[in-house]
Amino acid sequence: MLLIACPWCGPRDETEFRFGIEAGVTRPEPDAADDRAWAAYLFLRENHRGRHRELWCHAGGCGQWFLAERDTVTHRIERTEVLPGHPSTEGRTAGEQHGAMEAPAPSETVMGGAGEQA
Amino acid sequence: MSTRAGRVAQGGSALDRSRPLSFTFGGRRLKGFAGDSLASALLANGQAVLARSFKYHRPRGLWGFGAEEPNAILDVQYPDGRHDPNARATLVPLEDGQAVKTVHGWPSAGRDVYGFLDRLHPLIPAGFYYKTFIRPNWHLFEPRIRAMAGLGVVPVEREPLLRAQRHHHTDVLVVGAGPAGLAAARAAAAAGQRVLLVDDQPAPGGALLVDPTDIDGMPAAAWVDRVIADLGAMPNVTFLPSTTAMGLFDHGLAILAERRPVPAGFAPEYLWKVRADRTILATGAIERPLVFPDNDRPGVMSAFAARAYLARHGVRAGQAVVVLTGNDSGWRTAEALALAGSEPVIVDLRPDVAPHPSIPTHVGSVVIAVQGRVGVAGVVVEPLAGGPRTELACDLVAVSGGWTPTVHLHMHAGGKLRFDERLDAFVPAGEAGSVATVGAANGRFDTAGCLADGHRAGSIGSGSFAAPEAEAEPAYRQARWRKLDRPKVRQWVDLQNDVTAKDVSLARQENYVSVEHLKRYTTLGMATDQGKTSNLNGLALMADELAVPVEQVGTTTFRPPFTPVSFAAIAGSRREALLTPLRLLPADREHVRVGAVFDDYGGWSRPAFYPQEGEGRAEAIAREVLATRQGVALFDGSPLGKIELAGKDAAVFLDRLFYHSLGDLKPGRVRYVFMLTEHGKLYDDGVVSRLAEDRFLLSPSSSHATGVHALVEEWRQTGWPELGVVASNVTTAWATFAVTGPKARVVVGRLPVDVDLSAQALPHMGFVQGRLGDVPVRIARVSFTGELSFEISVPAGYGPSLYRLLADLGKEQGIVPLGSEALLVLRAEKGYVLVGRDTDGNTEPQDLGITAPLRKKQHDFVGRRSLMRPVSRDERRLELVGLLNTVPDEPIPTGAHMFERDAGGSRRSRGYVTSAYQSPTLGRPIALGIVADGRRLQAEGARVDLFHLGKVYHAKVVSPVFYDPAGERLRG
Repeated sequence: MLLIACPWCGPRDETEFRFGIEAGVTRPEPDAADDRAWAAYLFLRENHRGRHRELWCHAGGCGQWFLAERDTVTHRIERTEVLPGHPSTEGRTAGEQHGAMEAPAPSETVMGGAGEQA
Repeated sequence: MSTRAGRVAQGGSALDRSRPLSFTFGGRRLKGFAGDSLASALLANGQAVLARSFKYHRPRGLWGFGAEEPNAILDVQYPDGRHDPNARATLVPLEDGQAVKTVHGWPSAGRDVYGFLDRLHPLIPAGFYYKTFIRPNWHLFEPRIRAMAGLGVVPVEREPLLRAQRHHHTDVLVVGAGPAGLAAARAAAAAGQRVLLVDDQPAPGGALLVDPTDIDGMPAAAWVDRVIADLGAMPNVTFLPSTTAMGLFDHGLAILAERRPVPAGFAPEYLWKVRADRTILATGAIERPLVFPDNDRPGVMSAFAARAYLARHGVRAGQAVVVLTGNDSGWRTAEALALAGSEPVIVDLRPDVAPHPSIPTHVGSVVIAVQGRVGVAGVVVEPLAGGPRTELACDLVAVSGGWTPTVHLHMHAGGKLRFDERLDAFVPAGEAGSVATVGAANGRFDTAGCLADGHRAGSIGSGSFAAPEAEAEPAYRQARWRKLDRPKVRQWVDLQNDVTAKDVSLARQENYVSVEHLKRYTTLGMATDQGKTSNLNGLALMADELAVPVEQVGTTTFRPPFTPVSFAAIAGSRREALLTPLRLLPADREHVRVGAVFDDYGGWSRPAFYPQEGEGRAEAIAREVLATRQGVALFDGSPLGKIELAGKDAAVFLDRLFYHSLGDLKPGRVRYVFMLTEHGKLYDDGVVSRLAEDRFLLSPSSSHATGVHALVEEWRQTGWPELGVVASNVTTAWATFAVTGPKARVVVGRLPVDVDLSAQALPHMGFVQGRLGDVPVRIARVSFTGELSFEISVPAGYGPSLYRLLADLGKEQGIVPLGSEALLVLRAEKGYVLVGRDTDGNTEPQDLGITAPLRKKQHDFVGRRSLMRPVSRDERRLELVGLLNTVPDEPIPTGAHMFERDAGGSRRSRGYVTSAYQSPTLGRPIALGIVADGRRLQAEGARVDLFHLGKVYHAKVVSPVFYDPAGERLRG
């Protein structure tokens, strides 16, 4: 189970969070996008191996969405930061504080499913 | 001295002989002592057969001492009602009054009617099931085979005691309190680190409890006591005995299962969730069996276990003992048992060792046969280099096939292994992130090495603090042994799954050569012991079959948990209301008072109906429906979602988010709206009231309140952060009651409110805020019954009194309480959909006949672009219709499918019935459904066939609005 540093609340168990979507999915101009481009926006994701930027929501906590940079191989969370354009970010260094923070007790782990008998 | 095996007169460092305990095994009353494990108590009582094997139903006895035990899996019932159907006897402390029985073999493991299966063994090799029972169908055979196999029967009784769960944070987690773990904990604690030390045995010390060596000039036991006392005095150290580390997970998470005595009848297990910055694994090593003929007989036991039962529990496992070993540690068993009065003989695989000075020794020899059936009677010994055989009478064969480092947790953490030829075993190749492995688990099998290894891992920086020291031991050396090269005999590799060396050869012949295939084909290493004693022997045999190094064969994946963990421990206190908290209405007790029958509606406990004297469910619902149509009813709608949205851009935000436009909604007015997903699918319907220019109240359906709020936040934060708008979910802050029915106005007119409720001032779909006495009140003219309705909301704390007041004010008009079931009928009569019930995950607005916003709205909104894909114009889309049965007395059931015949004559679904009720208002059954091309069928008044559970129903397709299609009753 991941330990995720919410930029507002600090490190918390993964169970408090909801994964949203990978970062960088941009909504095309709806009337300019053909069906293929619109379907790509709805369904196609990079999901690449290695460092990955994602949007997470601290749903069981402060309710805030934020950016996380996670390694999909090691599960290490490199940094988390407040969403750009967040009205509360002015004069606040939360992103740097938490972003620069070491990923908590990282392990170089890729886990299988827990407790499989066969 | 006694000549019989069993309890010796003195000794057993774990025992408290002043506290005798009584338990039963298979109904027979037996005695033991406090400090016994179930295994040691059974051994002391001479119980040789503890199980029947999984496949061949061969008698099996105790093999090991700890978590590795493959055979002694027992069903244990406690006097307090706890029932563990597959307890590992080696890990269960003996308690007074335990009722123990075997789990496999009928009627008992001693006399098993399926014992004949063993004689059929040439017919049932590995893979037999896959090949034999595939025709005609595995499911025909499965029940019988499952009944004969299995490791225990799940108890049907309710688990009486809750398990507790604890969360813990620490700098260092040390797993294992043997010499390496103690040295590590001691060093880390002295450096000021927070330390959590755990061990799966009831007492710390590990192997030192069985094989003592002087440490720092004192006896091992004294050193262990001293370290534990020192650690106990430090506030930064916690020590948990009887605690198994089940698994390591991401970011330093460890799951621990602690077994506790239960004086207070609470929490016999604690499940710990620990976050550790560093984890030090001092998990030791497990002695492995040797593969030789009939090595599975009861009385063939791990050599370490034999001397551990003597040292810890004062039990001699045998009188005439043959010790079969390939390393020095087996000799210790012979020496210890000789001191206790047994007569051992050593058989050592190594050809180049000198015989023991006082114990008869067969050097360079092996056991080629074990005589006896339900116990050992003797063995045949043969020199490996050839020569005369010797027959030895004996009652115990103590075996040491070498030591396998316990690397499970290292592997959970993503570690790598390398094969050590000297140890003939896999050892960790370096650390795994923040997880270090030390001591025997790291391939250090001497006490001095374990102490140094642990001390180094526990230390932070360079302290003046010195590592504990012990005397050097001769270098560990393990004879390489795979199996006896005789094709006819059966030599067991995996005792728990009845896998023999021949099965491994068969797997190789049939090309199941990958370790993962080998495991699944032969079942090697499966089930509750996960091959703790068998895996390495199996891998080594496969390596020999393939003529490759063991390292090249590799290992199967190590997965948590290390030993089975009970579902009760995983669940903890999360059951029933603590798992899913049941939400009570603010006026809950008012409903109780008037006799409501409650049910769970989306997590809310709500009145389903209010039966009167002698009334059944159906009668009550019908009466409530008719009272609403003809008089007036009172409905508690408090769970209705309430999300307040405010800000200068609130209207813009809602116009972008909702399907229907809201910017043009006037303050004091309400609009029925859809919320779509970005895929254009209908997510929820509800109403939105405009409280002021910059303030709206969203009322999503009760079950979607949380979801709609989440979607509002997602779009607000990630979509349009530039918009000035805030949202808060105030669902539970308000109690809401609907007064509904043609006489509603009379009742509501008596409310002492400071606002005009006349039809002119507050028409249908109007909204007003005011005061009810001193209390803020919100009144909306919205209706889910199709009748004239007032929805009245007050702060939740005033809910009970407003409910009583409305019931009082309505007495003269005969107001009746209206439950959720009657409301479902009322709304279906009106064709009002429930999103999620009368729609599915593919439903779009046009499927419900609503298209105007898409045509008229001048700007983009969530889901709009998706509605322009060709799929949204497919004429086979499922559309909402009404259905009336054309055969009297054959009402159409919910779930029935409209069908067509395909070319082959098979039925194909073309939509289905979503809601079906007996309508009290119309006096006939009605149904709603979503069917292909529904609106055309409706226009044609088509007759269709529907299929449900083997029966065909006939229906006419009609409008989904069965009652008051013009909506005249809503007004007034």
